[in-house]
Amino acid sequence: MEILNAFFVSPFVDMAEYPVFFAEVVANGFLTGIMYSLVALGFVLIFKASETFNFAQGVMVLFAALTLVGLQERGVPTWLAIGITVGVMVLLAMAIEKVMLRPLVNQDPFILFMATIGLTFFLEGFGETLWGSNVKRLDVGIPERPLEVPLGGDFMLLNEFDLWAAGIGAVMVLGLALFFHRTTIGRALRAVADDHQAAMAVGISLRTIWVVVWSVSGVVALVAGIMWGAKSGVQFSLSLIALKALPVLILGGLTSVPGAIVGGLIIGIGEKIGEVYWGPLVGGAIENWFAYVLALIFLLFRPQGLFGERIIERV
Amino acid sequence: MFYREAGQFKSGYAADQAMFPIPQDRYVVIAIVAFAFLGVPLIANEYWLQAILIPFLVFSMAAIGLNLLTGYAGQLSLGTGGFMAVGGYMTYKFTTFWPELNIVACFLLSGLCAAGVGVLFGIPSLRIKGFYLAVATLAAQFFLVWTFNKVPWFYNYNPSGTVTAPPRTIFGTMFTGPEASAPARYLLALSIVVVFAFAAKNLVRGRVGRSWMAIRDMDIAAEIIGFRPFQTKLLAFAISSFYCGVAGAMSLFLWLGSVETEAYGIDISFQVLFMVIIGGLGSILGSFLGAAFITLMPILLTNAPQFFGFSMASDLQKHIELMIFGGLIIFFLIAEPHGLARLWQIAKEKLRRWPFPY
Amino acid sequence: MAGPETSPAEAILEVENVSLRFGGVQALSEVSFDVQSGEVRAIIGPNGAGKSSMLNVINGFYHPQEGSITFKGVTRRRMRTHEAAAQGIARTFQNIALFRGMTTLDNIMTGRNLKMKRNFLLQALYLGPARREEMEHREFAERVIDFLEIQAIRKTPVSRLPYGLQKRVELGRALAAEPDMLLLDEPMAGMNTEEKEDMCRFILDVNGEFGTTVVLIEHDMGVVMDISDRVVVLDYGRLLADGTPDEVRRNPLVIDAYLGTVRD
Ligand SMILES: Nc1ncnc2c1ncn2[C@@H]1O[C@H](COP(=O)(O)OP(=O)(O)OP(=O)(O)O)[C@@H](O)[C@H]1O
Ligand SMILES: [Mg+2]
Repeated sequence: MEILNAFFVSPFVDMAEYPVFFAEVVANGFLTGIMYSLVALGFVLIFKASETFNFAQGVMVLFAALTLVGLQERGVPTWLAIGITVGVMVLLAMAIEKVMLRPLVNQDPFILFMATIGLTFFLEGFGETLWGSNVKRLDVGIPERPLEVPLGGDFMLLNEFDLWAAGIGAVMVLGLALFFHRTTIGRALRAVADDHQAAMAVGISLRTIWVVVWSVSGVVALVAGIMWGAKSGVQFSLSLIALKALPVLILGGLTSVPGAIVGGLIIGIGEKIGEVYWGPLVGGAIENWFAYVLALIFLLFRPQGLFGERIIERV
Repeated sequence: MFYREAGQFKSGYAADQAMFPIPQDRYVVIAIVAFAFLGVPLIANEYWLQAILIPFLVFSMAAIGLNLLTGYAGQLSLGTGGFMAVGGYMTYKFTTFWPELNIVACFLLSGLCAAGVGVLFGIPSLRIKGFYLAVATLAAQFFLVWTFNKVPWFYNYNPSGTVTAPPRTIFGTMFTGPEASAPARYLLALSIVVVFAFAAKNLVRGRVGRSWMAIRDMDIAAEIIGFRPFQTKLLAFAISSFYCGVAGAMSLFLWLGSVETEAYGIDISFQVLFMVIIGGLGSILGSFLGAAFITLMPILLTNAPQFFGFSMASDLQKHIELMIFGGLIIFFLIAEPHGLARLWQIAKEKLRRWPFPY
Repeated sequence: MAGPETSPAEAILEVENVSLRFGGVQALSEVSFDVQSGEVRAIIGPNGAGKSSMLNVINGFYHPQEGSITFKGVTRRRMRTHEAAAQGIARTFQNIALFRGMTTLDNIMTGRNLKMKRNFLLQALYLGPARREEMEHREFAERVIDFLEIQAIRKTPVSRLPYGLQKRVELGRALAAEPDMLLLDEPMAGMNTEEKEDMCRFILDVNGEFGTTVVLIEHDMGVVMDISDRVVVLDYGRLLADGTPDEVRRNPLVIDAYLGTVRD
């Protein structure tokens, strides 16, 4: 009885009694959610265009952040460092296309997936060989002043940084949507997603498309890396946190851009609420697995994810 | 020259159905197993046993387990470490609760526990496939490791949170615990692996193996033929997790002696997955080759710089190791997606035709 | 004998008023026909007429919105495909659905699966009963292999076989199940004349020697007229005609909708 009460009643009572605290938890989760969404977005882009489940997306975030910090530490001004890092990510995309994707074209998606796991290890080793592996602070000048937002006669504590992050996330999503719907190459990308043959018939080479998506994903990774790095330092665990983008993906559906966003927010917020209100009951650190178990349970009811297309089988 | 398939008379299908239809193969296997039992304990030193051979056996066991699930039944899993943890912690519980029970029996019981947990996490495989399933198995990985970390009952309320293998004897010989000699631990590990490797080989060449491969290659057609996808997949999860569980128990009791949950972390899951990829998906032999490769490579890398006469910071070395690791995986997938086992088979075919190329 | 040719007693399969929709697409509408035990029944019709869908309904892969299927006296609306297999229905597919990672022999052995009972523990040990069972079924599989004259490719992975042979192996896999009814979806598509002749011979032999009922979809009219006892004609999901090859050939509706465009 007491257990039931502890699990099913008192957390909700807490939420109702201290709405401001609850709002802060949600806002906190929201920010983490945006980070997840950004990583997940990178996945979705690549998956849509090449049916490759890019396990290395998380490590690309780390790699981009490491490169940026590394350049800054060597005295390169921030704006230039960002520019160079974008260049590095594009070069990386080209190298990946040449060395990995091209020889594996037409292979089973499974094989490509494993290859991206190999890529994960390679990039992690490469990034740390180049830039060292100690934790680094990343500062690109996003202000971090605390803000007090009035809420129902009380004040809710927010960080200006969080607002910026949310804003950047939104701009990123909007930018990608425009990119996909308004530019020639974007439309071509969508065409490939629908039909490889058709895209080639229109005269767009698959290689170009791959390089472009991987580059765009690289840039998305950089943005995620900047935000994450600024918040909690650039370190290896960045690529582990990025692993959490995986449940986000299956929640949202592998092919859906809005799915990545909504999935990220659900996981980010759900995880924080779970940790704060139920975590203490079971010993804490449930953030480690909450997202995965949530996604797992969800999948049992909707195997194709929230926004994924329903899989129809025929023989 | 001596290695010929044609011309070997097979008496009926029984001989053709044998595990190693070609006699030469059979002799080689018998010779290797005999050497492993009789020769190795005499010539291998402590370092070789503890740093190379025992981990090789532990990982072979886990790799066979994962290969049954991923290579044969086609269900990608990133939860190997979690299932190994079940084996390790449950053996610890069994043997501390019930010290007079034979330690091997404890291994097997904990393997059964792992099988049960495997089935539980395999249930979603009915509805979800491929990458979705891979992510779902991550749930098993993180949840299980968290559980063993957070529930003190599993480590007997020990304040340090570590579990240590208590000393256990079989027929008066000490096989586990700090006093157990390396050769003894090696021999026990070897016996377990040999028995279960043959069992796995038997499984995959019979009805069960065919049902797994059918589901892997084309699940719809498999169901139309009469395979029950759910049962087939769950059996794969159960048996695979059993192997991983026993491997986890071996890891604690016969290799490391004392572990915390990190010993069963996500890194282990990946490592075993790589063994399976590099060794060859859908090959028992490949599981061994992959385990050997991945256990030996770091040791080679550690010693290579000294060999060439320069030293390297251990940090840097670790990073370079990662790069080589990742690079090799990509290289293997491009050069030979079917892994070392396939290379071996090709070599054998060449040998068989030698000296006539056609 | 007066009255309908088919009394329910001899019909192994009865399809009654089956309608199947996919969203807006009406794949089948109110189709009824029957198949008699031991006959070769052909289903013909233009592309997209609903022929494959009909087979999929019969073996439980698609579930019709209306109508029923009665097989060997058991009526059902919904069933899982593996249950249909257990009842004695085996089939081949329009797009070959072999297990690509396995050899010819293993593919055919999968057809024996439903007849194999030994549990996995015995198998892991490969002891007495499991071993005997494996041998027994291996012998049956070898008979199928001899019958289809594919001894030479026994140990070849099927993904390396040419198209015609793959179709033959697929037939072998279905035969290995010793089905009461065999559903063949365009078994001769994409074959040359010689291969077609072989395939026709196999089908007729199976039907003649083992009395297996055969339902086949085929576009080659010559073949259909030669080997089938009765023909069902589908067009846009509707049943257009049903009768002996001669009757069907003379049916003006059929000539209009289908044969007219195909025949010389
Ligand atoms: N799983 C499905 N989902 C949606 N529509 C389907 C599905 N299966 C079949 N259809 C539709 O049903 C109709 C009949 O298809 P079916 O494959 O049965 O035709 P068919 O007679 O076998 O044609 P063909 O000669 O080309 O093989 C087609 O319009 C097809 O697009
Ligand atoms: Mg068809």
